[in-house]
Amino acid sequence: MGMTIGEKILARACGKESVRPGEIINAKVDLCMSNDGTTHLNIDIFENQLHGEKVFDPEKVVFIVDHNIPAESPKTAEAHKKMRNFAQKHQIPFYEGAGVCHQIMIEDYVVPGQLIVAADSHTCAYGGLGAFGTGVGCTDFTSIMHSGETWLMVPETLKFVLEGEFKEGVYARDLILKIIGDIGANGATYKVMEFAGPAIKNLTIDDRVVLCNMAVEAGAKSGLIEPDERAINYVKSRGRHEMFLFQSDEDAVYEKIYTYNLADIEPIVAIPHNVDHIAVVTEIGDVKIDQAFIGSCNNGRIEELRVAAQILQGKKVAPYMKLLISPASKEVYLQALTEGLVDIFVESGAMVLNANCSVCWGGCQGVIGEGETLISTGTRNFKGRAGHPNSSVYLASAATVAASALTGKITDPRGMMG
Amino acid sequence: MKKSFTGKVWKLGDDIDTDIIIPTQFLALESVEAMKKYAFHPLRPELAGLIQPGDIIVAGKNFGCGSSREQAPEIIAALKVSCVIAKSYARIFYRNAFNNGLLLLENNALYDCCNEGDQVAVQLAESRVFLGDKAFPVASIPEDLLQMVEAGGLVPFMRKKNGK
Repeated sequence: MGMTIGEKILARACGKESVRPGEIINAKVDLCMSNDGTTHLNIDIFENQLHGEKVFDPEKVVFIVDHNIPAESPKTAEAHKKMRNFAQKHQIPFYEGAGVCHQIMIEDYVVPGQLIVAADSHTCAYGGLGAFGTGVGCTDFTSIMHSGETWLMVPETLKFVLEGEFKEGVYARDLILKIIGDIGANGATYKVMEFAGPAIKNLTIDDRVVLCNMAVEAGAKSGLIEPDERAINYVKSRGRHEMFLFQSDEDAVYEKIYTYNLADIEPIVAIPHNVDHIAVVTEIGDVKIDQAFIGSCNNGRIEELRVAAQILQGKKVAPYMKLLISPASKEVYLQALTEGLVDIFVESGAMVLNANCSVCWGGCQGVIGEGETLISTGTRNFKGRAGHPNSSVYLASAATVAASALTGKITDPRGMMG
Repeated sequence: MKKSFTGKVWKLGDDIDTDIIIPTQFLALESVEAMKKYAFHPLRPELAGLIQPGDIIVAGKNFGCGSSREQAPEIIAALKVSCVIAKSYARIFYRNAFNNGLLLLENNALYDCCNEGDQVAVQLAESRVFLGDKAFPVASIPEDLLQMVEAGGLVPFMRKKNGK
């Protein structure tokens, strides 16, 4: 009986020839990462409760300040200081204000075949490069940072066979919202979502990360795509040459197989307050919005910014509307500057923010007030996620968000592509 | 830990996410004790003040979905509910809950049968919970996980085991 790519990665991580779904393994992690959402708590546990002296391997632990940066309160500044001091003391790679943690990991660390654990739910994004990323809480993280190991149950895998090509104005973001809407917010709980099929070769690295990153919104342990030449070339172009190339066997066992034709996908919007509550943009009627946001670990990369710029070029954000844009990393920001995208954004009336989790996290930038409505490329639309408990968040692609920012209501981007 | 106990039911729905359990803006508060009065704030701002030690939260499917923030199970544990009984849980939350001394039980039918304010009796030894005379099966929780819950979570449990 064959294995899936996810099973092969976990088998390598626990030093076995093969593993089966349901089996509990003790796995060595290749990397672990923590951000300022919870790292101050990890440090408390590590120092005061575990009385830890050393992290298991300083080259395999990464700290990234991305959630509340720049700090909005003395308390946050204190949490950042604690993180900075710990990183310095233990000689751990440390990033502050350089972008959203998952984008930095993809740019600087992830290679195919690794097992990466991080104290953040969207760690599943690394599947875009063929690595098994999964999120944990800070107690698990602290124990991993101490020992380099953790127990994991080998998950079942759901396969999503992708065929065809997107029509104009439709993106990977629309596809993943559609899939989550179809299978539900717990449709993949404990499982791996493997994206495969003939359409993958045409998907860019950014597209692949978009798909895998949202897997957790269907409850998945990880999202995965077999690394192909495009993924391998990307990783090599970043100066990383050692990788572990696994592919799913032809006789691998899947719990269920779904097929999607990309040409059938239309622009999708997730409606408050659940990610799996979706509608086609043309079917939601007149929804007035107060603020629009483009950014986050899901949708703040250069390709999304290019699409937004294509729609915004030479036009103005609607009166009484705010459009906030946060590139996913410093590198993305610099690229957007080079390409003149930032000029287009600022001229359109948008506010271009530093690279961080920003509005998606609802902690330090662009929170919304009572009764207000946000349309966002962020990861979640839970009640109160973006500010006041009685506010609303709609999720959509960068194209739909940009188009909506121009009209002040949720708008189909097709026909507005410049 | 106590293998049988009874508690008053507080009923929550499906997909109770981590932003409902503890919204982002309260995560900067200095302690779980300070945060716990904001538990479930976006949904029912009064609820945290009403929950008494020993009460039981009964919920629908996918309880704890969303972020990996460990403050979510921590503050439910800090409210001293004796357990949560939901139709199902999100994966990261499930691990975090046991790691923080919060007992989670799973049953698909109880939610649709009980009302808020009902008394539910939990019999861990027989892996069942009771609403009046009616019994509902729950998956058995391994003894070492129960010991971890009793110790208050993974870290205190490890320290106890290591004699520190």
